[in-house]
Order: sequence, then C-alpha cells, then structure tokens
Amino acid sequence: MSAANHNSANDNHGHDEHHIMPLATYYKVAGALFVLTFLTVGFHQLHEFLGPFAALIAFSIAAVKAFLVMAWFMHLKYDKLSNRIIFGAGFVFLALLFGITIMDIYTRITVNSVL
Amino acid sequence: MINGVPVQEHYRDASHQFASAKEGIWLFMATEILMFGGLFVGYLIFHMKYPEMFAEGAQFLDWRLGFINTLVLIFSSLTMALGIYFCQINQPKKAVGALAVTILCGAIFMVIKYFEYTHKFHMGIFPGRMLDLEMLNHHLHEMGKPAIVSTNLGMYFGFYFCMSGLHGIHVILGMCMISWCLYRCMRGDFNPNYYTAVEGVGIFWHIIDLVWIFLFPLLYLVG
Repeated sequence: MSAANHNSANDNHGHDEHHIMPLATYYKVAGALFVLTFLTVGFHQLHEFLGPFAALIAFSIAAVKAFLVMAWFMHLKYDKLSNRIIFGAGFVFLALLFGITIMDIYTRITVNSVL
Repeated sequence: MINGVPVQEHYRDASHQFASAKEGIWLFMATEILMFGGLFVGYLIFHMKYPEMFAEGAQFLDWRLGFINTLVLIFSSLTMALGIYFCQINQPKKAVGALAVTILCGAIFMVIKYFEYTHKFHMGIFPGRMLDLEMLNHHLHEMGKPAIVSTNLGMYFGFYFCMSGLHGIHVILGMCMISWCLYRCMRGDFNPNYYTAVEGVGIFWHIIDLVWIFLFPLLYLVG
C-alpha cells in the first residue's frame, strides 16, 4: 500500500513532463558516484581479508550507483509510471534468468558435486 | 511549429509526441539491459565452472585503468545531464559546451581502451581460439612470471573482449549521436519546449555508464 502511495505521489510530482531538476542535485549525485567509486576501489584493497564478501560488497556498491544514475541522471524519478514499468520489466526478466541459472548451477553441484 | 516544437502530423500535440519518443527510448533501454544481462549470466556460469582459469585471465587486467575509465564515464554522465539541463533552461551555448565535454570524455575512455587492447594483442591475448598461448607464455617467461596453466584461457578473454568491446561500440555510437545533438544545438533546433533528441541520447549515454558501473567490478576487481 505504501508503495502504491509512493508511486502516485511521484506521478503527481512528475506530471509536468519537462521537469527541470536544480543544478545542485546533479552535482550532488555526481559527487556521490565519485565517492562510491573510490569506496569500491578502497574495499578492493582489502579483498584478501574479505574473501567471498569482496564481490558482494563491490556489487552492492554498484547497485547503489546504478540506482543513483537511473533515478536522477536518467530522470526516472520524475518519469511516467509506464516508462518505469517498461525499464523495470527488463530487470525483472534478467532477474528471472539469473534466478533460474543459479538454481541450475546449485542443483548440479549438489547432485554431481561438480558443475 | 507549435510553441517552437516541430510536431509531426500523426501526433495529437507536442506532449503526445514527446511521450511517444520517450516510451520508444525506454523500450530500447529494456532490450539493452537484456542484451548485456545475457553476457553477465554467461560470465557467471563459466566463472563457476572454471574459477582458476578466470583468475588466471583476470590478472592481466589493470584495475587502475578501469578505475580511471570509471571516473571519466561518471564525469561524462554528469556533463550529459547538464547538456539536457542547459537545453531546458534555454542556454544553448552552455549546452553545446557540456555536450562537447561529454564527447571528449568518451574519446578519453576509448583511448584508454585502445591502449589496454593493443597491450593485450601484443602479448598474444585474443578472444577464444585466437588466443596465442605459446606467445603469451613466451612473454610471461621474459617477464619472469609463471606460465599459464589453463589451456582454455581464450574463453575468459572471449568474455572480456565481447563484454568490453560491445560496451566500447556503444561508447562510439553514443559519441556519434551526441555529435549530432551538438550540431543541432548549434543550429538552434532546441528550446525549453523541444529537446527530445538530447533527452533520448542522454538516456542512451547514461545506460552506457550504467553497464560500466557493473562491468568495472566484474572484470577488473572481482575477476
């Protein structure tokens, strides 16, 4: 329910189709992206201590960066709901492919003990 | 022309035309996610199957170059967004400047890629069966490093060249389309009511950044 409210609130906000974001927002988003890139590389220096978590951390930071780019640089935050659904559908089907692939790998390893 | 917008006759009005253009771009972007996503899934499968071979391949990538390229692409995404912003507030001269910087950043990215690729070709590293293991081991021997154990190392570089190469092709095409926007902007085609081309090309340029955000840790850091 709260998600639906959130969407409709954004819809009203984005009703003006030529939404102009303040310049400062662009600089803040770019600044955050630069900081996160340095953070990614910083964690990479510790990858021998982190072990398998190194990849998890790297891709979690990448996901945050991707969200920033999509929401503000690509203006999806202020775009129509239909456009967000169209783009989101790409990710949904990609997640499906990832999910089925991981299940396949997992079951092969548990049954045959090799992939 | 309606309020400075060249509305095609098959659209109701300018906003109908703008909405249709945006919808088309987003459909295209969904296919881009699926295309690159397929390569990422392929990488995952074969990384699980041959972890040692992927680790051997990943040692030939210099994360510092990938890191510089990441910073360059993020900066170019900012200038692209600014290009659209300056079109929206009717400052075409500043928009032209921002777009020119974006093209320059794309060029810097490709020059770094060129040096990475030629260095690999020089060592005999090519995708798939074209990889010259003998030549590569000879180079490694000269450098005093251990020889390659995996005989199927070409598969890693098949993924490397396909993924970074397809991304590079996107950068080149993006640069061409930004140049077209820059030319139209200089010609005075755009105004706060009409900047559809810059907006669409901007979304394409940001997806190039988006793909690189995942490619950089995948290829250069995690291996």
